Amino acid sequence: MIGGLFIYNHKGEVLISRVYRDDIGRNAVDAFRVNVIHARQQVRSPVTNIARTSFFHVKRSNIWLAAVTKQNVNAAMVFEFLYKMCDVMTAYFGKISEENIKNNFVLIYELLDEILDFGYPQNSETGALKTFITQQGIKGQPQTKEEQSQITSQVTGQIGWRREGIKYRRNELFLDVLESVNLLMSPQGQVLSAHVSGRVVMKSYLSGMPECKFGMNDKIVIDKQGKGGTTDEPGKSELGGSGKQSIAIDDCTFHQCVRLSKFDSERSISFIPPDGEYELMRYRTTKDIILPFRVIPLVREVGRTKLEVKVVIKSNFKPSLLAQKIEVRIPTPLNTSGVQVICMKGKAKYKASENAIVWKIKRMAGMKESQISAEIELLPTNDKKKWARPPISMNFEVPFAPSGLKVRYLKVFESKLNYSDHDVIKWVRYIGRSGIYETRC
Amino acid sequence: MPAVSKGDGMRGLAVFISDIRNCKSKEAEIKRINKELANIRSKFKGDKALDGYSKKKYVCKLLFIFLLGHDIDFGHMEAVNLLSSNKYTEKQIGYLFISVLVNSNSELIRLINNAIKNDLSSRNPTFMCLALHCIANVGSREMAEAFAGEIPRILVAGDTMDSVKQSAALCLLRLYKTSPDLVLMGEWTSRVVHLLNDQHMGVVTAAISLITCLSQKNPDEFKTCVSLAVSRLSRIVSSASTDLQDYTYYFVPAPWLSCKLLRLLQCYPPPEDGAVKGRLVECLETILNKAQEPPKSKKVQHSNAKNAILFEAISLIIHYDSEPNLLVRACNQLGQFLQHRETNLRYLALESMCTLASSEFSHEAVKTHIETVINALKTERDVSVRQRAADLLYAMCDRSNAKQIVAEMLSYLETADYSIREEMVLKVAILAEKYAVDYSWYVDTILNLIRIAGDYVSEEVWYRVIQIVINRDDVQGYAAKTVFEALQAPACHENMVKVGGYILGEFGNLIAGDPRSSPLVQFNLLHSKFHLCSVPTRALLLSAYIKFINLFPETKSTIQEVLRSDSQIRNSDVELQQRAVEYLKLSSIASTDVLATVLEEMPPFPERESSILAKLKKKKGPGAVSVNELEEGKREGGELNGGGERGDNSAIAASNASTPSPSADLLGLRTGPPVTAAAPSAGSLLVDVFSEAGVNDDGFLRDLEPPTESSDSLLAEGPGDSDSAPPSVVSEDPATPLPESNELLNKFVCKNNGVLFENQLLQIGIKSEYRQNLGRMYLFYGNKTSVQFITFTTTVTCPGELQSQLNVQAKPVEPLIEGGAQVQQVINIECLTDFSDAPLLNIKFRYGGALQNLTLKLPVTINKFFQPTEMASHDFFQRWKQLSLPQQEAQKIFKANHAMDTEVLKAKLLGLGMALLENVDPNPENFVCAGVIQTKAQQVGSLLRLEPNAQAQMYRLTVRSSKDTVSKRLCELLAEQF
Repeated sequence: MIGGLFIYNHKGEVLISRVYRDDIGRNAVDAFRVNVIHARQQVRSPVTNIARTSFFHVKRSNIWLAAVTKQNVNAAMVFEFLYKMCDVMTAYFGKISEENIKNNFVLIYELLDEILDFGYPQNSETGALKTFITQQGIKGQPQTKEEQSQITSQVTGQIGWRREGIKYRRNELFLDVLESVNLLMSPQGQVLSAHVSGRVVMKSYLSGMPECKFGMNDKIVIDKQGKGGTTDEPGKSELGGSGKQSIAIDDCTFHQCVRLSKFDSERSISFIPPDGEYELMRYRTTKDIILPFRVIPLVREVGRTKLEVKVVIKSNFKPSLLAQKIEVRIPTPLNTSGVQVICMKGKAKYKASENAIVWKIKRMAGMKESQISAEIELLPTNDKKKWARPPISMNFEVPFAPSGLKVRYLKVFESKLNYSDHDVIKWVRYIGRSGIYETRC
Repeated sequence: MPAVSKGDGMRGLAVFISDIRNCKSKEAEIKRINKELANIRSKFKGDKALDGYSKKKYVCKLLFIFLLGHDIDFGHMEAVNLLSSNKYTEKQIGYLFISVLVNSNSELIRLINNAIKNDLSSRNPTFMCLALHCIANVGSREMAEAFAGEIPRILVAGDTMDSVKQSAALCLLRLYKTSPDLVLMGEWTSRVVHLLNDQHMGVVTAAISLITCLSQKNPDEFKTCVSLAVSRLSRIVSSASTDLQDYTYYFVPAPWLSCKLLRLLQCYPPPEDGAVKGRLVECLETILNKAQEPPKSKKVQHSNAKNAILFEAISLIIHYDSEPNLLVRACNQLGQFLQHRETNLRYLALESMCTLASSEFSHEAVKTHIETVINALKTERDVSVRQRAADLLYAMCDRSNAKQIVAEMLSYLETADYSIREEMVLKVAILAEKYAVDYSWYVDTILNLIRIAGDYVSEEVWYRVIQIVINRDDVQGYAAKTVFEALQAPACHENMVKVGGYILGEFGNLIAGDPRSSPLVQFNLLHSKFHLCSVPTRALLLSAYIKFINLFPETKSTIQEVLRSDSQIRNSDVELQQRAVEYLKLSSIASTDVLATVLEEMPPFPERESSILAKLKKKKGPGAVSVNELEEGKREGGELNGGGERGDNSAIAASNASTPSPSADLLGLRTGPPVTAAAPSAGSLLVDVFSEAGVNDDGFLRDLEPPTESSDSLLAEGPGDSDSAPPSVVSEDPATPLPESNELLNKFVCKNNGVLFENQLLQIGIKSEYRQNLGRMYLFYGNKTSVQFITFTTTVTCPGELQSQLNVQAKPVEPLIEGGAQVQQVINIECLTDFSDAPLLNIKFRYGGALQNLTLKLPVTINKFFQPTEMASHDFFQRWKQLSLPQQEAQKIFKANHAMDTEVLKAKLLGLGMALLENVDPNPENFVCAGVIQTKAQQVGSLLRLEPNAQAQMYRLTVRSSKDTVSKRLCELLAEQF
């Protein structure tokens, strides 16, 4: 069980310190600061053992969150809790920064009291928390007895993430498929490793206690349907467009509202959604990934003092779509003394502080190509080490899902209130971003 | 940085540094540095015509980045360019960069050396100093090679500036320290000595450091410095505090110089020249007088400087040890410091007094401070000071005050700091023994010691008390009584039980007359402690019980009952179980006569140096032991303890190791004869294959089967036991043996004893005996000089595959050999399978400061493991024919090296270890031999035929054996012998 939780700023000053158990002494705060934050060598391991005390930490921008325990706890649980804590804080006051934490320290202590009890994690659902931990003072909105009892019954009830009696004039649903595509490619264009990690994020403004059902082009489901009677050829379903009908999902995790038993037996995703924004599921795929860009590097070393680099990027999606925020980062040797860059499109600049040429393109349509060439002058050194040639990396944003995931349906049933699936306004959006997208050169 | 003119401010550098300091995070810092590095690269690359100022600025930035911990791989060239600048600041930054960053990079070093050479030959003193500082800072071998010849010239040249001379002297000192072989003595040495007469005090101070260092290595070359130093010292000492303007430090004239002069004088014996000596004594007296004067200043620096000189002077007086007057005065002065309120002073005073106490002149004077020292021991707050006080008490102890000091130390022991307890215990034990007038006092003291600080009483202490009690029959009764009384305490320490068990077992009869300590009471008392003790102690108690049976037959049934109980006879510990079984059997089978013989009273121990003293010496040199030795001793301490333990469980080790250990084996074989004589009648209970007695008793051993596990060997030291000891010394050490070691090896093929090696310092004698596949070798290391060898260590290694063929174990040897003394080392050898190489013996020791290292081959050859086989003629030829495969035979025809004397040949062949068979070969001129080589893995039968040809002075040697490698090796070995 978690014995205590500390939040430090980048200098190692303690912003928040909450100790839940007596076995954690005052000196634990300093032990972590001395041995991890100010360690001579950067500590990479997220778990550090100091004097029979375990410290689990995560870092968000410049803020360190550390959970500490003397017991043999489930490390995955502790990290899950820390990430949840980050989510809760973001939901309450936005970005986690020193400034924000200092401004909200009363709130944070209140939250910590609520979501951890004697070191045992409790309900950390933002929606639920927000009903009784508010940022207004107590005076602002005196809660009636009724309301209080409602909160109690919700928090202790079966559906802890949604309260009853929600009413909207317009029933609306927003669904975002957010994916990040990771790639490592050899100079010859061979894919060495690639995977997509995606999230389905929903924002629901629905009345009552609706029952939702979410369907996507999961291979197992589609195959089952194909067998189950319909004589349609697998290629001819309503999905048509992108040429790929079903995707193989390697692994996925769901929000607690999803009925796992149903998923296990029928592989259907049905749930009573929380109110407001939440992440419905996370998944990962590794097969048949659409790589939105292809990077073709050409590096030529001319003698000891000169290097010629030419990089071509090709967009590989429907011409009607537009990729945005494209950035190509070409690393330069450590002994670079001067760089000349020529590029057709966008802007390119040598950034000495990052030892790289950064090429930025605002927009680029599909099936196009663009090119940059650079001459790099080198300073001869007496160092015998050869330049390691780090990979060229790329950033972008495209309006489709590189995994090929499609939302087939999202049905809403509300039996008590009289609105049907058709009355709900649904919005679906696909965003594909680059994760670590690298090509060796 | 030295005064920088306004234009030299290097604003860019300042801005850069402040940028770095303002960085919020590590990442930001790295970004800033990368940006700066790119900028510097483009600057160095771009316009070649970078002016000196910006070059200096950028090199400075690079240096700063490097010091922040980032790698710098360029800019060296620019730094070297800066060296040829004419501006001081630029040159200085160049040198700074080089002394921090340049490693031995071949091309650059040449350029740098060139630049340094130019600066050295320039007439500009600042530049010369810069260059010298750079050489001293880098101090690499390359630098030493390039400039070791040049610097002495600068140092002694008449026209060199004073500041340059200072730098040159210190630079040379540094080079001498890093590579002494490159700094050659020459005619400059005598002129260096005359620098002591230099006008400039700075030069003298620098030069004296150099001279002190040099004279430690070459005392003769610098002998002349003594008189110069004395005169210099007297000038300083007699000067008024205002005379030496710049060199007066808080009213003390030139304190550093004085200290160094006094330290230099400590490298030499007292000057022989009367005048010089008189002057020196005068100086020392003045220094002592000055200490009495009231301080000229209240500042701590003043007293520090004054005391520094005083303590240096006192150590010089102690070093000379020839001026009783001065020694006594020094002692009195130190006595005053003993009560000073400054802790450091008290510490130093105690430390110096410790050395003073060992001088015959001042011993009495030191003794007058005994009360103060005892008080210090009791009241000091700092443990290191208390430790010194204890040392001093130990040093000042003699017959007259021993009782008082020992009593004080004992009483202090109860509250003493844990870190010094063990040492205190040893000291008390030594003092009690050394100055014991009546031995009952001694016994009381040691028993008290065990009572008070049992945990810190090492084995040696109680071994020693038993040795003394056994050797002196006048205290035996008293000891038995005291021990009996001490054991009656409800909780007594295990060491006390050990002593009690041993002494009551030996001399319990002396107090048995008293009904209060009747045999049964004694036994019950001992047995009441039995269950609280560790295994070794229980083993000892079991031995005590069997002795009780011998001493008091009336206790026999009670004791047999105890031995028969399941907790003894079925004890899970093998040793205890074996003892219980054997003692039980012995007591029930053997007649009283046998019992009395076997369990006879221990004979007196041979008189030898107290083992405790050796231990203390190892633990911590008392008083005048050199630092070097002291460290060595500390390191050795742990090993020795281990060694002692090993000695316990093997009787052989005990009989040969210098530390006697009567601990585990009350029936120990170290006294050999009486016990072995009893052996046959006791049903071959006592078989010690290795013991000296066993060797004399060849016939007896031959009849015996090789000892098996069931053979009830009461105290047998089977080969298995010695194997189980950790192989302490067998490790891979690629040392190359002396060139002549092969010859030495050949010398020992046919003989087992002799002198293995001899030079001016050391003689190594060897004595060896072999039995089947086991061998034991005694090495005797004789110190031929009159100076002691310190840190004497030997290691035996088996190179290469020999490691798997031969099992060699060397017992640790005493790390100190006194002049003219001899120490002995035992090496146990087990032949696992046949082998051809010889193990290496590496010997290291310090003789007068110089490390001696010697590697020899141990004369262990395959033929040592021969068992001779007698056989008749037809047997021989039958076997000869059986071994007719071509690879089983090795033949060699060689010229005789020695005269062909039949008797000599016979002797040699016998020495080889095979049986010489008469009347086998039809030709009586020929020799035939037969033998079996015993290895652990197998037995290799070998036959040999040697055919001399007197006319041609040639031999033909044929060896046949069941293993081809053996035939070859034997043939090789023998070919060298005739």
